[in-house]
Amino acid sequence: MIQPDAEIVQFDNVGLRYGTDKEILADVSFTLYPGCFYFLTGASGAGKTSLLKLLYLAQRPSRGLIRLFGTDAITLPRERLPGFRRRIGVVFQDFRLVDHLSAFDNVALPLRVAGVSEKDIARPVGEMLDWVGLGDRQHARPATLSGGEQQRVAIARAVIARPDMLVADEPTGNVDPDMALKLLRLFESLNRLGTTVVVATHDVHLIRKVPESLIMRLDKGRLSDPTGALRYPPRRPAMAGADASPPL
Amino acid sequence: MGFLSTLFLRWRGGSAASDPRLLPEAQLSGPMPWVIAIMIAMTVVAAASGLALRNAAATASADLEGGVTVQIVTAAPAERLRQAAAVVAVLAKAPEVAEVRQVAQEELNTLVEPWLGTRPGDDVEALPIPALIDVRLKGAATADQVAHLRALVVPVAASARIDAQAGWLAPVFAAIGTLQWLAGGLIALLAIATIAAVLLASRNALGNHRETIEIVHMLGGTDKQIARVFQRSMAFDAAAGGLAGLLFGVVTIVTLSRQFAGLGSGMVAGAVLHWQDWIMIAAIPLAGVALAVLTARVTVLAALRRML
Repeated sequence: MIQPDAEIVQFDNVGLRYGTDKEILADVSFTLYPGCFYFLTGASGAGKTSLLKLLYLAQRPSRGLIRLFGTDAITLPRERLPGFRRRIGVVFQDFRLVDHLSAFDNVALPLRVAGVSEKDIARPVGEMLDWVGLGDRQHARPATLSGGEQQRVAIARAVIARPDMLVADEPTGNVDPDMALKLLRLFESLNRLGTTVVVATHDVHLIRKVPESLIMRLDKGRLSDPTGALRYPPRRPAMAGADASPPL
Repeated sequence: MGFLSTLFLRWRGGSAASDPRLLPEAQLSGPMPWVIAIMIAMTVVAAASGLALRNAAATASADLEGGVTVQIVTAAPAERLRQAAAVVAVLAKAPEVAEVRQVAQEELNTLVEPWLGTRPGDDVEALPIPALIDVRLKGAATADQVAHLRALVVPVAASARIDAQAGWLAPVFAAIGTLQWLAGGLIALLAIATIAAVLLASRNALGNHRETIEIVHMLGGTDKQIARVFQRSMAFDAAAGGLAGLLFGVVTIVTLSRQFAGLGSGMVAGAVLHWQDWIMIAAIPLAGVALAVLTARVTVLAALRRML
């Protein structure tokens, strides 16, 4: 159970390297709080994707401490990882849709993995696909979808189970500006309902669309804090559950 | 509110889930059902052979268990007849003897004819064939009982030789026992080969679907959920292969049993399969499916444990 003021993520002197190469991330320390909207920016190769991998437990750090939902994620037993991962929605940069599944089944996957019954799946998945503009493409396989359509399916899959934390890696990179704005509004809706949102992007226009967001900047594997996102308490934390109405 | 009222229900209560449609069905297919079919067919034939040999040995053993043969080996026909009659009289009174019968001369002639010839002019009756006395004991013919009978017989028939009938077939029983062990060994080897084939197929399938598995892991899928998908796929393949293998094996057994029945040999006539044996044979594909599913599960879980 997350306490209202408890941190949802805490990184302390985290470093990541592959093999004997130079560290991709070095001395990364920050804290994320529930209900906040974060942007992670930085040039290509700055380490954004690597940092997100640590966030969604796809990677263990080479050093440092990571606490997730109040639990030490470094020593977390492997059998407990699925429970934590179900609380994190991920939009992968390369979408990572399951090729042999339709758009519907891809979006339904987190629910099925979580054990939701089939009768409780059809309606929300259908509605979600309608909302991302793919209502008429439910049965299409990823290979037959355009890049933008695949990205929308990936986003729908990430948010369908309403995660405690949404991690999105360049989520609007392949969609037109209108759809990008629409997706951003969806993230904001989730954020208002209490979901912590972390969006990695180098799109300044996108960041400006969410003025209350907090920005973390990565530069060659090191983190800076231009908006005070890493301070405690955060500059302007969003209020969980303040407004459940989506700006549709 | 739109869709959010239903969409944003929190699904936290779900337990470990029915199998999500993670991997395409029958993804292990290809040669796997055929490999299992061959394994099951060979196992069925090996098992049937072992069971038939066991039954043949059991039938022969039951027939011979309480049997003792007394031979009166003397060249003088009159003396032979006298000693035979005396032995029959003594053994008929022995408490452990259930039945005693002197084998008629005609029967003896019939027995030796194939070896001594039946051409015109042959006279098997002119040969000094030992008198045979067939004795049935109430229990098994143990060495002690044979010794006791010998003690009763020798005083009235000095040329008498006494043998437990089971003793004559001891080398045959030993050979049958060895064949049964060979059949068991063959079945064990086939099981090991099946395990190896399933293990390789499972690893191959894991490699082919590694990306999907990583995605499912990232979405919170458990190792057991993923393993169940492989198990189910393997179960279908093994069941299809097992059924085909069983059919082929049964056809082989029936064909072989008809050919052996044509031999008309007494020992071979006992090599039949009872209904209990057929149940065991029918259970072989089920055991094969269970073995394949278990192997797939262990293989997949072991491989998944190496992934984050």
